[in-house]
Amino acid sequence: MRVTITVNGRPQEADDVWEGESLLYVLRERMGLPGSKNACEQGECGSCTVRLDGVPVCSCLVAAGQAEGREVVTVEGLADYARHREDAHPGTGCAAGTCGTSLDAAQRWQAGPTGARSADSAELSPIQQAFIDAGAVQCGFCTPGLLVAADELLETRPSPSDQDIREALSGNLCRCTGYEKILDAVRLAAARQEEAVR
Amino acid sequence: MSTAPQPRTGSVPAGTPTKITQGSQTRGGIGESTLRPDGTLKVTGEFAYSSDMWHEDMLWGHTLRSTVAHAQITSIDIGEALATPGVYAVLTYDDLPAEMKNYGLEIQDTPVLAHGKVRHHGEPVALVAADHPETARRAAAKIVIDYAELPLITDEASATAPDAVLVHEGRTDHHIGHVPHPNIVHRQPVVRGDADAAAARADVIVTGDYIFGMQDQAFLGPESGLAVPSEDGGIELYVATQWLHSDLRQIAPVLGLPEEKIRMTLSGVGGAFGGREDLSMQIHACLLALRTGKPVKMVYNRFESFFGHVHRHPARLHYEHGATRDGKLTHMKCRIVLDGGAYASASPAVVGNASSLAVGPYVVEDVDIEAIALYSNNPPCGAMRGFGAVQACFAYEAQMDKLAAALDMDPVELRQLNAMEQGTLLPTGQRVDSPAPVAELLRRVKARPLPPERQWLSADAEGSSVDVRALPGGLSNTTHGEGVVRGVGYAVGLKNVGFSEGFDDYSTARVRMEVINGEPVATVHTAMAEVGQGGVTVHAQIARTELGVSQVTIHPADTQVGSAGSTSASRQTYVTGGAVKHSCEAVREKVLDIGRRKLGTYHPAWATAELLLEDGKVVTDGGEVLASLAEVLEDQAVDVELEWRHRPTEPFDLRTGQGNGHVQYSFAAHRAVVEVDTELGLVKVIELACAQDVGKALNPLSVQGQIQGGTTQGLGVAVMEEIIVDPKTAKVRNPSFTDYLIPTILDTPTIPVDVLELADDHAPYGLRGIGEAPTLSSTPAVLAAIRNATGLELDRTPVRPEHITGT
Amino acid sequence: MDFLRPASWEEALAAKAAHPTAVPIAGGTDVMVEINFDHRRPEYLLDLNRVGELAAWEVGQDTVRLGASVPYSAIMEHLRAELPGLALASHTVASPQIRNRGGVGGNLGTASPAGDAHPALLAAGAEVEAVSVRGTRMIPVDAFYTGVKRNALAPDELIRAVHVKKADGPQQYSKVGTRNAMVIAVCAFGIALHPETRTVRTGIGSAAPTPVRAKEAEEFLNAALEEGGFWENGRIITPSVAKRFAQLVAGACNPIDDVRGTAAYRRHAVGIMARRTLGWTWEQYRGTRRTLEGAA
Repeated sequence: MRVTITVNGRPQEADDVWEGESLLYVLRERMGLPGSKNACEQGECGSCTVRLDGVPVCSCLVAAGQAEGREVVTVEGLADYARHREDAHPGTGCAAGTCGTSLDAAQRWQAGPTGARSADSAELSPIQQAFIDAGAVQCGFCTPGLLVAADELLETRPSPSDQDIREALSGNLCRCTGYEKILDAVRLAAARQEEAVR
Repeated sequence: MSTAPQPRTGSVPAGTPTKITQGSQTRGGIGESTLRPDGTLKVTGEFAYSSDMWHEDMLWGHTLRSTVAHAQITSIDIGEALATPGVYAVLTYDDLPAEMKNYGLEIQDTPVLAHGKVRHHGEPVALVAADHPETARRAAAKIVIDYAELPLITDEASATAPDAVLVHEGRTDHHIGHVPHPNIVHRQPVVRGDADAAAARADVIVTGDYIFGMQDQAFLGPESGLAVPSEDGGIELYVATQWLHSDLRQIAPVLGLPEEKIRMTLSGVGGAFGGREDLSMQIHACLLALRTGKPVKMVYNRFESFFGHVHRHPARLHYEHGATRDGKLTHMKCRIVLDGGAYASASPAVVGNASSLAVGPYVVEDVDIEAIALYSNNPPCGAMRGFGAVQACFAYEAQMDKLAAALDMDPVELRQLNAMEQGTLLPTGQRVDSPAPVAELLRRVKARPLPPERQWLSADAEGSSVDVRALPGGLSNTTHGEGVVRGVGYAVGLKNVGFSEGFDDYSTARVRMEVINGEPVATVHTAMAEVGQGGVTVHAQIARTELGVSQVTIHPADTQVGSAGSTSASRQTYVTGGAVKHSCEAVREKVLDIGRRKLGTYHPAWATAELLLEDGKVVTDGGEVLASLAEVLEDQAVDVELEWRHRPTEPFDLRTGQGNGHVQYSFAAHRAVVEVDTELGLVKVIELACAQDVGKALNPLSVQGQIQGGTTQGLGVAVMEEIIVDPKTAKVRNPSFTDYLIPTILDTPTIPVDVLELADDHAPYGLRGIGEAPTLSSTPAVLAAIRNATGLELDRTPVRPEHITGT
Repeated sequence: MDFLRPASWEEALAAKAAHPTAVPIAGGTDVMVEINFDHRRPEYLLDLNRVGELAAWEVGQDTVRLGASVPYSAIMEHLRAELPGLALASHTVASPQIRNRGGVGGNLGTASPAGDAHPALLAAGAEVEAVSVRGTRMIPVDAFYTGVKRNALAPDELIRAVHVKKADGPQQYSKVGTRNAMVIAVCAFGIALHPETRTVRTGIGSAAPTPVRAKEAEEFLNAALEEGGFWENGRIITPSVAKRFAQLVAGACNPIDDVRGTAAYRRHAVGIMARRTLGWTWEQYRGTRRTLEGAA
């Protein structure tokens, strides 16, 4: 069957889709968007998390045909998504380039003075940048799903408590980090967001 | 049985790794928390993992696996499968092209495809290549295999019974000469002093029998890769692995190809933890690609992944410790039985570690240790973070608590009283020749203030005074404080770093320095598998420190450079880091030679002073700038590829276990604070503090990440993680993330990390391998805390709710 | 495999009538797992996502008519007052991502004994609105579960909605899993106090071939509360009564040993949850009474 989906703001079409294929498979294998990850394909790890009409879901459990005509945001479109949100609703997100301050209160880590931050920050969403800065990325396989989930958390709850963060991310497994740096990253993004609003 | 091979032009598939250049405004050398060079790619979804590889015209490979654990294969019928439209090839044992049909890390006992017999549940029997994964699956389902089941070997008793069926007939490996039974892979005793005589001096003797369950690495990125046939009859293989050259050494003979015709490139690796040290889909994808002449991609799903890699050896451990009234250990006796499952994998090394580290970080002069690994029809077990040492640590730390209770001593004081230190003679006769701050690590975790009690009341729950997220059971709302008891427990562990027992544990690094657009740039090329640990970050830091450049390019890891050894055994920063340092030093010397030749006449310091490379310049040790690297090199490039080795080790004596078997030791201590719902048997770990000596933290942020991650894997096997094998069928009962549970962010506590940096003078920069030690002590610390809360003995891990409730 | 995409409820019923083997898919959180893991290859998938009314609910005089596809996250957010037990149960379902997709209709359709919604529905009292081209019938939830992963639906029927009684008193829900989030129930228990009828209803999950009520325990407790005048005097329930109630609830279990837990543990744990949740609901009832008295 043919499936047409708006992915990251662009209409995409896939032909000869087998009816049992998931949205995840179609994104990864047919639309050239392998950013969403295929770690368990049973909704138990969150690595494939995307926004479906704005709602975070496991794309492995959405039949491709169910996504027909709907809007999907993947990690590949997250920076754009955050930028548009900031344009539409200033203050609910962190506009690119305005969230460079790191708040000591939000971080227990000592960021190095070098690295990806300087050159690339203009292209990343605040949560993406915070994951890099806080050391929340190791193998990175869980990262895309975590970013989509964490970005949605900060959209709906700009100053989450630690328990809120834990609950919101409890559907995303990470095997490398022990989650501490992931918590740091979300705290950092939230703090930078607050800083930007002030 | 398929379309004729059609050599392809070697086009570049999507997802091929590219060089990562990390520029920096400042130095970014060792000791700084520089950020990952692949970080941006990983947060944007652009980083290409092995399962992301894509090639035009590619086929999908699929593996058909045995549904029984031990059986003769009486027939295989592939006819209907092969006739399925869209199927390009179906392969069985009969299609293997070369004399060599087996592979294995040390012992080549693992069939590429089952030959007349399967030895464990999930063993590969046949392969299918088709134009869609579903086509391949449906075709595989049409393959008819008849099995005649054989008696099962599932434990030591059945393995060594007089009439036991042999898992492997006609063994010829080099362990067969010294094992007591052909169903035992390897046996290693370690005997020193006279344990029986010393036992007579003991005022208190405690014994215990412990069980360690089968843990899975559960890396998130499933086994996957892409094999592309090349014009010369060879193959390009893109894959996620821990050790490219070990893969290559095992793949080439089975394909019947010379190694140079197999060009391997490391794809993005979604975690490893030991589970990628053995081969999985590598040979299978190559066979299908060579047969069909088309690129073949294979991706395991989570179910298959549980069968696609080895697990941590489950173990049964019997321990006896004695002590005098004042708490000094008199002796230790133990017997450790590891179940290696159907194939050897890393079993011999696991036995070596378990036996040589069985005493833990304690001084005991009289010991009698025996460790064995079985062959059985259970799932194959091999490398996983901390292997051998993890199982032993669980048992000896339980023993230390038991002994402290028997002596009415504080468990931490008892450990400190017997703690090893620099200069201690280990049971293997090896003297510890670098810092061993065991007592200090314990002191540090003990000195930390305890987290506040009843935090579930202080949290900001909505409309309720109780925040269940802070309680055992979490979101499942099982308690509002009823039955909840707090417990505190301690543990400390001892792990070797690097490959031991005489293995030639070298690594290779190629370093190039040149001037690009007026800027000096270093390129580091190794075959090191970056599996998430951050080796690529550290290599760039080393290059900056040694070569004084800010621009460092990390070349993709491949087999076009010499072996880097395995990303395991806490060894990569030590050994490949050492190789990068070594090659950088050689590059520096060459650069200085060029400078001396070119510019030496302009300044006497070129000949007389100690010269350094800093900030893109040649400077004297007094800080005087002699020239920029751009001036020295101009359009010349300096390129060096060198091997580097750590100090050699020796094999252990097969009867006594004596020998300088390890190159370095690593230590971590944990304090666990848990809250246990004693009525329901549910556990919430509140805090899991770790103190570890890292020698030198090359990247402090990464060091913390390693410690917190390792700690969490130890927590997992303490309270939830276990592959459950049905003893009646030897089949895996929970191969999914629904029933093999790993900790979520709500199961993981805060993990404060206290890092000590006591240099090991034998290692590069004084560093100590760090990846594994935290996985050791985390588990027994959590168990100790649960025992402390409940008063129960709890002799197995993981602890399940029914063990606590007694139902 | 064919993918059927009805645009309306009528079309969905017609499709199901034409293809009784069609497997309905809404949230996909059960069906897609089975497809991804190659456990199931239905001839037809019947996508219900385009039938908008299934994701809507209506709060009536006595019941909430909950569309079959209303996601658990919406129940948690919008129906905590009306359906507190189901809202608590919804909060224990898998992960946030799953709660955004899955709904009660799927739980009922799958009819796994481990489905999280069942004990809450049993305790609150509910009817399943089962519809086919032949007409509509209301199936009491007590009669809906007919066996392990089997239910009372006819092959041509679809679940349109669940009519759940609005809470007239405190409700609680508890679930044991071996992880603090994202876990399938080892066993679960739901309880609802119904002060209007002076009854207590219960539901047990994952401790018998089907979700069940602990009827003997309910009858015992109803009698004990009545006899002691507890509903009027609001006294703390005598520990011996609570204990006996818990024993009877445990006795209503008919569990098995499996990889998630032992039968003995399940029976034990259900008893503990029964005692605790009775305590929580009763405390809340007493608190409400005091508030009412204070106001009067």
